Amino acid sequence: MAQRQRIFFVDRLAALRNNEMSLREKIWQINWSLIVLATLISGIGIAMLYSAANGNIDPWASRQLMRFGAGILILLMVAVIDIRIWFRYAYAIYFVALVLLVAVEFLGVSGMGAQRWIDLKVIQLQPSEVMKVALVLALARCFHGMALEDISRPTSLILPIAITLAPAALVLKQPDLGTAMMLLMVAAAVFFCAGVRLWKFALVGIAALGSIPIAWQFLREYQRQRVLTFLNPENDPLGAGYHTLQSKIALGSGGLFGKGFMQGSQSHLNFLPEKQTDFIFTMLAEEFGMIGGLTLLVLYAILLTYGIAIALRARNQFGSVLAMGLTCNVFFYVFINIAMVMGLVPVVGVPLPLVSYGGTAMLTLMATIGLLISVYIHRDVRISRRGLGIEV
Amino acid sequence: MALIHEDSERSKTFNRRTLLLGGGQAVLFSTLAARMYYLQILESDRYKMLAEDNRINLRLLPPPRGRIVDRYGDPMAVNQQNYRVVLVREQARDVGQTLDTLARVIELSEYDYQRVLREVGRKRAFVPVTVRDYLSWEEVSRIEVNAPDLPGVNIEVGQTRNYPYNDQMTHILGYVSVVSEAELTGDPLLELPGFRIGKQGIEKQYDRTLRGAAGTSQLEVNAVGRVIRELSRDDGKPGQDLVLTVDAGLQAFTNERLQAERSASAVVMDVHTGDLLALASVPGYDPNLFNVGLTNEAWNQLIKDPLAPLTNKAIAGHYAPGSTYKLIVALAALESGLSPDFQAYCPGFLKLGNARFHCWKRGGHGNVDMYQGLQHSCDVYFYELSRRVGIDRMTAMAKRFGLGSTVGIDLPGERPGLIPTREWKLANMGEPWQLGETLISAIGQGFVLTTPLQLAVMTARLANGGKAVVPRLTRPALAAQEAETPDGGEPPDEFPDMGISSAHMRVVQTGMDLVTNNIRGTAYRARINEKGWEMAGKTGTSQVRRITLAERAAGVTKNEDLPWRRRDHALFVAYAPVHAPRYAIAVVVEHGGGGSKAAAPIARDILIETQRRDPSGTPPIALVGGQLVKRG
Repeated sequence: MAQRQRIFFVDRLAALRNNEMSLREKIWQINWSLIVLATLISGIGIAMLYSAANGNIDPWASRQLMRFGAGILILLMVAVIDIRIWFRYAYAIYFVALVLLVAVEFLGVSGMGAQRWIDLKVIQLQPSEVMKVALVLALARCFHGMALEDISRPTSLILPIAITLAPAALVLKQPDLGTAMMLLMVAAAVFFCAGVRLWKFALVGIAALGSIPIAWQFLREYQRQRVLTFLNPENDPLGAGYHTLQSKIALGSGGLFGKGFMQGSQSHLNFLPEKQTDFIFTMLAEEFGMIGGLTLLVLYAILLTYGIAIALRARNQFGSVLAMGLTCNVFFYVFINIAMVMGLVPVVGVPLPLVSYGGTAMLTLMATIGLLISVYIHRDVRISRRGLGIEV
Repeated sequence: MALIHEDSERSKTFNRRTLLLGGGQAVLFSTLAARMYYLQILESDRYKMLAEDNRINLRLLPPPRGRIVDRYGDPMAVNQQNYRVVLVREQARDVGQTLDTLARVIELSEYDYQRVLREVGRKRAFVPVTVRDYLSWEEVSRIEVNAPDLPGVNIEVGQTRNYPYNDQMTHILGYVSVVSEAELTGDPLLELPGFRIGKQGIEKQYDRTLRGAAGTSQLEVNAVGRVIRELSRDDGKPGQDLVLTVDAGLQAFTNERLQAERSASAVVMDVHTGDLLALASVPGYDPNLFNVGLTNEAWNQLIKDPLAPLTNKAIAGHYAPGSTYKLIVALAALESGLSPDFQAYCPGFLKLGNARFHCWKRGGHGNVDMYQGLQHSCDVYFYELSRRVGIDRMTAMAKRFGLGSTVGIDLPGERPGLIPTREWKLANMGEPWQLGETLISAIGQGFVLTTPLQLAVMTARLANGGKAVVPRLTRPALAAQEAETPDGGEPPDEFPDMGISSAHMRVVQTGMDLVTNNIRGTAYRARINEKGWEMAGKTGTSQVRRITLAERAAGVTKNEDLPWRRRDHALFVAYAPVHAPRYAIAVVVEHGGGGSKAAAPIARDILIETQRRDPSGTPPIALVGGQLVKRG
């Protein structure tokens, strides 16, 4: 009996090495708590969308619910796909996202003056959201198999830098300053984890500081206004500072326990702009108070901790870097959005992950969690530099 | 072994840095929590009070947009009452039934029907939902008559921009449309749904003036947002009216006259004041369409139309000036010391090295002097002049007449044209200037590009005896001056003298006189016969393609035989009356063929109409203290 069990384990170990896991084994390995987390957070979002429509399931909550359903399916599919497949197609996916970004210039539907969507009838695709994931995939592949010495050679950084700057420039042209910054920050996090020397970051940082006066010239009028408003919001309460101030009033008046579900007077009296998208956190904090806001924050924190744990646990570099990049991506979403509605950073159009109304963001975030799970399932798989062969 | 060692080194770095990032994230999250604590606990009372204050709702009242009138006060852009029918859910007993009744009274599309049902469900019960915009009077009265059967249905009045002349003044006025995100400046007025700003022409150029300042209405609202009462009201500042220098009647005539051509433009200006009396470009488009909302299809059609109806060709069309440029060359020659009696022999071409430069007349003109050179528009004569004068003096003269740079008209989208210099060619083509190019420039071909507006300015400066007149569409200074001396007449407009000898001016003016009023002049057939209204002018034909040697031999140079796209542009510049110049005109007919045939008759008709109306003879109205006042 013991003998048989031993043989079973040896077999299984070999199978794992060769990564011939069956679908059943993979499903067994799925990290269900991550899915529960995603469901909880999305649930909060759908409840808030229901409230935002004054207790109507239409127009937002119902559609968000449908997207969540589709998102779960995508999540599961992404999770069980072999990580080497993601590795092999990382560049292809990036390329497709890049083409979509270019296409949005020509086929894009203008939303409030900016070219951001492609109308695919079923869904209005926002390529910049897709790019956030695709960029991390491509960068993770780039750095995979690079030894520290390789990374310390400046020439080896040319490709990853080019991979980063191309979509950032395209997004900036839309113009979408917020997303462009997010792409750059996520890329910086990946570079950092991959082991790029710290003095190089310092160099880029100094260069960036130095170029602020030049960049200022290139900003559109309304973008400058947003930065100036951020620096002094109370200056012009009916003008550009209106959003931030109203958001702070709504949030602050919520107090510790909030005003109750669907009782947020500020949100419901339309003092709050964009309450179903960028400012949804304000509404949550007004109706459920600091308790509600902190609850959501803690849920995100758990999600991020899982992400970091998966990154540390993965034995292949591609998986590690991918997981960390994706985690940082989610972190930036959450942090920038919440900091924005509380007046800590300028108003930029960054949605709250899984909570804000928006199809592409929901689906890419579910795919992100799917990828995290995929890294977890395939944590012991070895990936050769080309991603095809199996090293035993 | 080394590989494994290195591997572990790398993963150590990764782990260390990942934990560092994780720590950083934890710190930032704590900041968020701290901020939440600050706002929601420490400052909570203050914000609760502010939230209470928010019960007082500040509503923006959009100011009425200023009107645009012509020099006589004839309205060119006004605000029209726009009647729309709205539905208030809480007043309607049954929304579906009310809508059904309404659909029997006025036309209601299925799309609107569904949209209203959706919106009514989404908005609060007392918020009016727009059912249909732009109702006709008949529809309004039908709704009023049926009012008892339509509970909750109300008529609201809004304002829309209306252009009574439709497409005839488009290229001057432009149009208004909804604000795009890139145009937001932080002014909350721009964020009002449905607010419109100028997107083209005068509407764009003077948008700030026309827009005015928003008023505010302080409303007390209850906890669900229902208006209890109005606390205070500030009506804001309505947009200022704008008086243009244009004569709307002349503008309409000019536009009408150009309509005979597929694509053409014309500019009429006062040679002394610079007042633009008409500025037309066809084809145009109806600016009223932008009010109702242009369909995507209609917009694409406008963009893709090869005749470019959205472009104001009078200020943004680049054309080689053709023979009209000879006026400049003649002046440059005179200034360099050549006598008007200087003679050249024209055998029909000029040989330079191996190249032949042809005259438009195959047999040649024989011996010609400067007067005849202008009168017959002899190319060879001007080749000869340019060889002696040189490109530098020609370009200097052109620039003094306002060519080669924007003249600074108060319309967006003006283009500068191009007067080539040696430096320009070296910088842009990397090659030195060739003598052949001087010759080609002398007949206004090659690199030289001008806009119809520039040609009109050039002609005006020739006609007024060398004053550097600048064109304008409005009289910004007038309002201020008027306020000081309300009874004063028209203040004299002083433009600097260009320093050109009046004797030289007279030579060119005489040449232009000969073009139209001598039986052998190139535009004699388009002369003005009315006594005292005669015009002096200059024809121009600008080649769109190169005539090949083979074509010349075969004799297929007739424009009528060519496809429209490849025909020459026809140009004509003129001023009138010939002995006391007051009006200058430039006409360009795209692919119209010869200047004398296609452009000159148009210029003649417009100049006759101009002098019949004589806009300069009647004092224009003025804006005094926001009121339009007739003077004189």
